[in-house]
Amino acid sequence: MTAATQATDRRGGAGAVSAARQPAPVELTFAGALNAALAHSLEDHEEVVIFGEDVGTLGGVFRVTDGLAATYGRQRCFDTPLAESGIVGTAVGMAINGMRPAVEMQFDAFAYPAFEQVASHLAKMGNRTRGRVRLPVTVRIPYGGGVGGVEHHCDSSEAYYAHTPGLKVYVPATVEDAYLMLREAIDSDDPVVFFEPKKLYWSKADLDVGRLRSRYDGGERREGRAAVVRAGTDLTLVTYGPSLPTALKAAQAAEEEGVSVEVVDLRSIVPLDDVTVCASVERTGRALVVAEAQGFASVAAELVARIQERCFHSLASPVLRVTGFDIPYPAPRLEQYHLPSVDRILDAIDDMQWED
Amino acid sequence: MSESIDIPAGPPIPPAQEDLTPIERVSARMGISPEDYMLPAEREIRMLSPDGTLLPAEEQGTGPGHEYPVPGDDLLLEAYEQLIVGRRVNDQNTALVRQGRLAVYPSSHGQEACQVAAALCLDEGDWLFPTYRDTVAVIARGVDPLEVMVSFRGDWHCGYDPLEHRVGAQATPLTTQLLHAVGAAHAAVLRGEDTVVLAMCGDGATSEGDFHEALNFAAVFRLPVVFLVQNNGYAISVPLARQSAAPTLAHKAVGYGMAGERVDGNDLVAVLAALRRAVQLARSERTPLLVEAHTYRMQAHTNADDDTRYREREEVRQWAEKDPVLRMEAYLRSRGVLDDDAATRITGNAEAVAAALRQAMNAEAEPDPLEMFDHVYTEPTAQLRQQRDRLMEELAAESAADSPDAQEDAR
Repeated sequence: MTAATQATDRRGGAGAVSAARQPAPVELTFAGALNAALAHSLEDHEEVVIFGEDVGTLGGVFRVTDGLAATYGRQRCFDTPLAESGIVGTAVGMAINGMRPAVEMQFDAFAYPAFEQVASHLAKMGNRTRGRVRLPVTVRIPYGGGVGGVEHHCDSSEAYYAHTPGLKVYVPATVEDAYLMLREAIDSDDPVVFFEPKKLYWSKADLDVGRLRSRYDGGERREGRAAVVRAGTDLTLVTYGPSLPTALKAAQAAEEEGVSVEVVDLRSIVPLDDVTVCASVERTGRALVVAEAQGFASVAAELVARIQERCFHSLASPVLRVTGFDIPYPAPRLEQYHLPSVDRILDAIDDMQWED
Repeated sequence: MSESIDIPAGPPIPPAQEDLTPIERVSARMGISPEDYMLPAEREIRMLSPDGTLLPAEEQGTGPGHEYPVPGDDLLLEAYEQLIVGRRVNDQNTALVRQGRLAVYPSSHGQEACQVAAALCLDEGDWLFPTYRDTVAVIARGVDPLEVMVSFRGDWHCGYDPLEHRVGAQATPLTTQLLHAVGAAHAAVLRGEDTVVLAMCGDGATSEGDFHEALNFAAVFRLPVVFLVQNNGYAISVPLARQSAAPTLAHKAVGYGMAGERVDGNDLVAVLAALRRAVQLARSERTPLLVEAHTYRMQAHTNADDDTRYREREEVRQWAEKDPVLRMEAYLRSRGVLDDDAATRITGNAEAVAAALRQAMNAEAEPDPLEMFDHVYTEPTAQLRQQRDRLMEELAAESAADSPDAQEDAR
C-alpha cells in the first residue's frame, strides 16, 4: 500500500485506499482523485511542495489535502499565514529556486489578493527572462457555485486568468480528469491555474487509483485536448468544468425531443483546443456554448467568436450562449435562477434556427 | 567577504531553552532582552563622519547586542572600487537617457553605498532580489552592465540570467520581489542549504501589503532573509511622513518578531558592517532581519520626473555634503589604503565600463519581433503559433515592399 492510499484510508476511505485493496474499480470521488494526484506528485518528485491556508492539519476546507502533511511531513505540506499574495509570491520565489509548488487558494474570490503576483510575475517570469526562469507552479482554486455558498465563495473567475498570457488554465469536469489533469498541472513547467468545480467535489466514478496512476505514467495527457464526451449530429454543445453534468443532462433531454446533441468538454481553457471544437461544429452545423460564469467578456464569448470566425460557412444557425447573468454571484436561495439549467439550455436549443 | 564576524557570546543558554525562537536564542546569547535585540539602536549606526574620519566607537551608535565591527581594508577597497563604478554607471546611464539611447533609467546616484554593500555582503551561493533602482547592486554582484541595461533600453526581457548570478530579475511592481526572496529562502531551507537571501526595497514599498506578508512569512517560517530598506526620503514625490508614522522603518521589524537596525546609508563602511552582520546572523541563526539604510535620491525619480515640484534645492544641497563617494575616498586615503595610483586605476576601470555602455547603447538594438511569441510558454500554443505566422507574413510583405525591385516598380 502506498503512503497515498494510507492517507486516504484514515479519511474513511473515499477511493484511493479501497481501490488499492480490491482489484475491481470502486467509487472514487473528485476530491479523492485530487488528493491521490497530490500524493503521487509528492511521491514522484521531491521538489513538489504543497502549501496554503488550512491545508496541513485540517487537510483543506474541502479535504483535498487530507492526510498529506501527516504522511509526507510538514516540510512538504504545510499551513501558511492567511495571505494569498504571500502564498503565490513565495511560490514564485520557491520555483525560482528549484521547487515545484502546488498551492491552494481557499476559495475563488479569496484568490484576488494574489492577483498581482499571478498576473505580473507568475505569468510573465518565463517571458521576461527569455525562457531561462520557468515557474512550475500550480495554483489550485476551488471555484464556482451550485453549492449554496455565501457571497465571495462562488465566483467563476476563469476569464481573469485565461485573459492573462503566460498562464495555463485547466478546468477538469470528471473524476478521472481531476486526477490526470492535476498530475499534468504539477508536472507542467508552465504555471497552471487549476480550477476545481466545488459542486463536483463529491461526484463519483468507478475508477481504480492505481490504474489511473498507470495511465498517467503511460503518458495519458489532457492539456489542449478537448473531449467529445457525447456524440451527436444536430448541434455541438461546448462546455467545461461545472457545467458539463448539466450539459449532458440537457443533451439527453434533447435527444428525447428528437435533437441529437454532441457535447464537447474543453478540459483546458488555455491552451484551447479549438480544432476539436470547430471540427464538431462543422459536422453538426450548430453551436451552443454553456458556461456558469457571467457571459460578458467571458470564455464563452471567446468560444462564440472563434466558432463564428472559423466555421461560418458550416453554420446553419447563429452561435448561442447560455451563461450566468452579468450580476455578482447571487445569494444561495437565488442561485438556481442564475446558473445554466437544463431548461434554459433546452430553450436555447429551441431558439436556434432549425428550418432552412 | 569571507572574514568572519564574532558575535559576542553571552551567558550559556540553559538546556531547557533549546526550543527557543531565534529572537530568544540570539538575545539570550548576547545577554540582552529580546526587546533590546529586536529594537533598533537609539541612533543609526554610523562609522564615518561626513568628512570621512572614523568616529570614536562611542559615537558609532553601537551598543550591547548591536555591535558592528569595522570591515577590513581589503574589503573596503573592493567596495570603494564598486562604488566608483556604480557612480559612473549611474551618471553614464542618466546621460544616455538624455541622449535618447535609453528608454528610462531610475538612477541610484547618492545611494551607491547601499547598492554596493547589498552585493558585497553576500556569498556566491546567496541570492539577491533587487528593484528597478538597484542596477548598481546587480552590477556589483557581477552581472555584465551591458546585460543589465537591456530592459532599460526598451527590450522585453531582463537581459541577464537570474539563475547564473543568483540575482532575481529587477522588479518593477513595488515590493513584490520581497515575497520572491522569502520563497527562495524557504526553498533553500527545505533542501537544508545555508543560503541567505537579501531583498531590497525602498521606503515607499513599506506601505505595500506585500511588505507585510513577506516579513511575516519570513519570521513565521524562520527564514534567512535580510530585508534592506533604502529609505531615500521620497516615493517619487511623496515624503516618508506620508508613508509611515512609525518611529523609524526599522521599528517595523519588531511587530513581526525580528530584529531591525538603522544605518547611515551614505556611509559605506557602516552599511557594509551592518549588512554583513545581518547576513551572518541570518545564516547562523536562520532568522530574518530588517536593515533600514537612511540615504537620499539625489536625482529625480526618473527622467520623466521633476523633483523641483516637491523638494527644496537646499535640502538636496545638504545631502550632497554627505555624499558616500567623498566620505569613503577621504577615509581610505587617511588609512593609506588608497593612493593616487590606486585612485587612477579605479577611475580608469570605471571609465572603461562607461565607455562600453556608451558603445553598446549607441548601437541600434534590433530585437527580433518574432521572438515575442517564443517564451510566453515553454512551447508556444497553437494560437500563438498562428499569431507568430501572421506577423511573419506581415514582416515578409513589408520587407518585399522595401526591396529595391519593389521600389523600382513603384516608380
